[in-house]
Amino acid sequence: MISITVNGKAQKLDVEEDMPLLWALRDELKLMGTKYGCGIAQCGACTVHVDGQPVRACVTPVGSVQGKKVLTIEGLSKPGLHKVQKAWIEHAVPQCGYCQTGMMMAAAALLQKTPQPTDAQIDDAMTNLCRCGTYARVKKAIKSVAAGGKSAPAKA
Amino acid sequence: MNAITRREFIQVSAASGAALTLEFSIPGTAFAQKAAATPAEVTAWILIHPDDRVTIRIARSEMGQGSLTGLAQLVAEELECDWAKVGWEYASPNEHVKRKRVWGSMSTGGSAGVRTSQEYLRKAGASAREMLVAAAADQWKVSPADCTVANGVITHGASKRRVSYGKVAAAAATRTPPDEKTVKLKDPKDWKIAGKDVARLDIPDKVLGKPVFGVDVNLPGMLMASIAQCPVFLGKVKSVDSAAAEKMRGVKGVVKGTDFVAVVADNWWRANNALKSLKIEWDEGANGKVSDESIKAMLKAGLDEKGLPNARSTGDVPAAMTAATKVVEAEYYSPYLSHATMEPMTATAWFKDDGMLHVWTSTQNGEASMAAASEAGGLPLEMVEVHKMMLGGGFGRRGAPQDYVKQGVIIAKEFKGKPVKMIWSREEDMQHGFYRPVSLVRMKAALDKDGAVTAMHSTIACPSILALLRPEGIQKGIDFTAVRTFADMTYTIPNQLCEYAQKNPHVPVGFWRAPGLQNSFYRECFIDEVAHAAGKEPLAFRLAMLKPDDKNRLVLEACAKAADWGKPLPPGVFRGIAQSDGFGSYTAMAAEVSVNPAGEIKVHRVVFAIDSGYVVNPDACRAQAEGNVIFCIGQFYQAHHIKDGRVAESNFHDFPLPKMAEMPKVETHLVPTGGFWGGHGEPGALNVAPAIMNAVFAATGKRIRTLPFTADELKKA
Repeated sequence: MISITVNGKAQKLDVEEDMPLLWALRDELKLMGTKYGCGIAQCGACTVHVDGQPVRACVTPVGSVQGKKVLTIEGLSKPGLHKVQKAWIEHAVPQCGYCQTGMMMAAAALLQKTPQPTDAQIDDAMTNLCRCGTYARVKKAIKSVAAGGKSAPAKA
Repeated sequence: MNAITRREFIQVSAASGAALTLEFSIPGTAFAQKAAATPAEVTAWILIHPDDRVTIRIARSEMGQGSLTGLAQLVAEELECDWAKVGWEYASPNEHVKRKRVWGSMSTGGSAGVRTSQEYLRKAGASAREMLVAAAADQWKVSPADCTVANGVITHGASKRRVSYGKVAAAAATRTPPDEKTVKLKDPKDWKIAGKDVARLDIPDKVLGKPVFGVDVNLPGMLMASIAQCPVFLGKVKSVDSAAAEKMRGVKGVVKGTDFVAVVADNWWRANNALKSLKIEWDEGANGKVSDESIKAMLKAGLDEKGLPNARSTGDVPAAMTAATKVVEAEYYSPYLSHATMEPMTATAWFKDDGMLHVWTSTQNGEASMAAASEAGGLPLEMVEVHKMMLGGGFGRRGAPQDYVKQGVIIAKEFKGKPVKMIWSREEDMQHGFYRPVSLVRMKAALDKDGAVTAMHSTIACPSILALLRPEGIQKGIDFTAVRTFADMTYTIPNQLCEYAQKNPHVPVGFWRAPGLQNSFYRECFIDEVAHAAGKEPLAFRLAMLKPDDKNRLVLEACAKAADWGKPLPPGVFRGIAQSDGFGSYTAMAAEVSVNPAGEIKVHRVVFAIDSGYVVNPDACRAQAEGNVIFCIGQFYQAHHIKDGRVAESNFHDFPLPKMAEMPKVETHLVPTGGFWGGHGEPGALNVAPAIMNAVFAATGKRIRTLPFTADELKKA
């Protein structure tokens, strides 16, 4: 049995220690907001927080997070919308939306550590892949959070 | 609750603010309450609830392009309802068949969602409005002509009586719809909902991770499957040793198809792990030696063939070439590319005890998915239902080829009574695509003594998408997706010849975002070469070949003006420009680029102008332009190489996608001139490569004619 805390809730999982956290979340706990994209930590669609740090769940064995706190997109919005999610709505960031949960988890972690990131810091931290090409709006949304939500929205 | 019926599914969707969420834990009482408040179907497209909420049915698929919202805007505009009360649901493919295709085409491609359904959707909204007004007028015993509507409320001016749509919807639904020919549509200049930046309906749920993508389907007792297909396209399974796999934890079975093997387990990771332990012997067929080199040789031979079919032949090209003061000739090449949707191919299938086959999948065409499921399941269409899930990208991969749906059904057939969710690994996804065709094009232009182009001859050697996916679309030996931009170019060159060498290696090809866009790269870079050879400025050279009333000209001028064409640039920054039309729209793009001494390109600014006739949601159109630009920047380093009959690349480490740091500033200028309807999902892709490569030429004097290319090729001597 592997004990982990997911979104504040203690969970016991009867799974192999080397099962990636991604598949423990998706297929065992049925938390479907964390996505599979590549399985080799290239795309970031599976980004979750483990003890506050962004990790790529597809290459993180669930055994390695025993006793740790995992936060997924389903937990990010509790109690209300996270400031990143608000900015994502304001700037109409998502297109297909598939990568966006990982993208928002990465952005939330970046802003936690670096509340006022420069463009270069955003480029360095946000290595998540988005095939629809929402990068300009992702950056705009991150900067609007950094500015306390004061920047003009993308829409006219 | 063990099963969810279509009816429950619709109600759940509506209850959750029209989000496409599958919830199985809603207690029966909630359903009972919802059932009591059944909406009235005023037309097939429009459901109005007693509490005035409006549910608009959507037949096309939302894959991030935003047409879901645009389509709803068009209906709502004519319906005159309160936009704040608008929700949506997908039209059921099964009901579609039973109701004689009442929702028209479900195909989502060719940037056609809005432009090919706008008229009947606006008419559906207007018809429903007329029916609602007539129902209210009947109740009041007044003339409908004396009633007005706004925001879903009908008012009889003289008596000051008011009633909301929800109160008269049931009565309206029993009326005979007006004759379509008599239904009048608004002048777009009077639009209040369409043409405006209304917030996209799908975004609020997407930031919560709530939408159910194909891979997220979660059904009671569901099993997961991972699949391995013959690495060499068209190959088959010879034998499988699954002894080890079948002993692994969670494994429920191994399915051997004709050209694939799948492992089914209680968790996808377990299924995929067990898959790796299979010993599969493949019959590779005759294509095990095909390589990039053999394909290139095949294309090259095509260029030299005599008597190729003509896509265009005007004037006397050979005579003009002979009479030319100067002839410019070049060959351009680009490789196979995969769609690389972030969500891999996936399908969930469930042969239910009642004889119905249900399929949940990410599809660009619900009807095509149903046909594929019916064929693979051996059931008539009426016995198949397809639940359209949110798509994690489409870009053309999930339309015509429904390979993954067929596989999902074949796998589930071995587990009758249980839902089975098949997800392709990224490796399978990358190595079993329907790729953008490889192509090799030779262009030849004749210049007279004044530097004017008197003739252009293009020969295109390219696999045919239509031959594989829609053979009836080939006319007189021509696949229009292979010859576009040459066959239909509007440059006023008096003598033109466009020939097509259809060469089909065994690698499957498909509709990749803006099918045929390579031709824009070839033509617009070649035109730049010809301008250079003629000693002319590239923009002026193009304008001189475009008629005054050509919309290509108008949009090119708009782009050049917005891009400050001709004005000074910062040191080290250079411009390029390109124009080409497609998918119903006219577009031009200018790029500002610098190239560092290591030969690395930086795209600073892209200015895009598009005339789509009308614009339904400007911000969604701008988002498409931004996405198209960065999508296409990937072309400079992406390629699929064919080696031993298979695709060599397997994941994002060797088929990289563009990242945040590469995203240039994109300025989109929407310049609709009205009178026609053009698309937005793809036109923005057309001119990205040529605008940037023309700027690279301006920066380096080096002409890139082959994609992808390395920094070494641009390194300054």
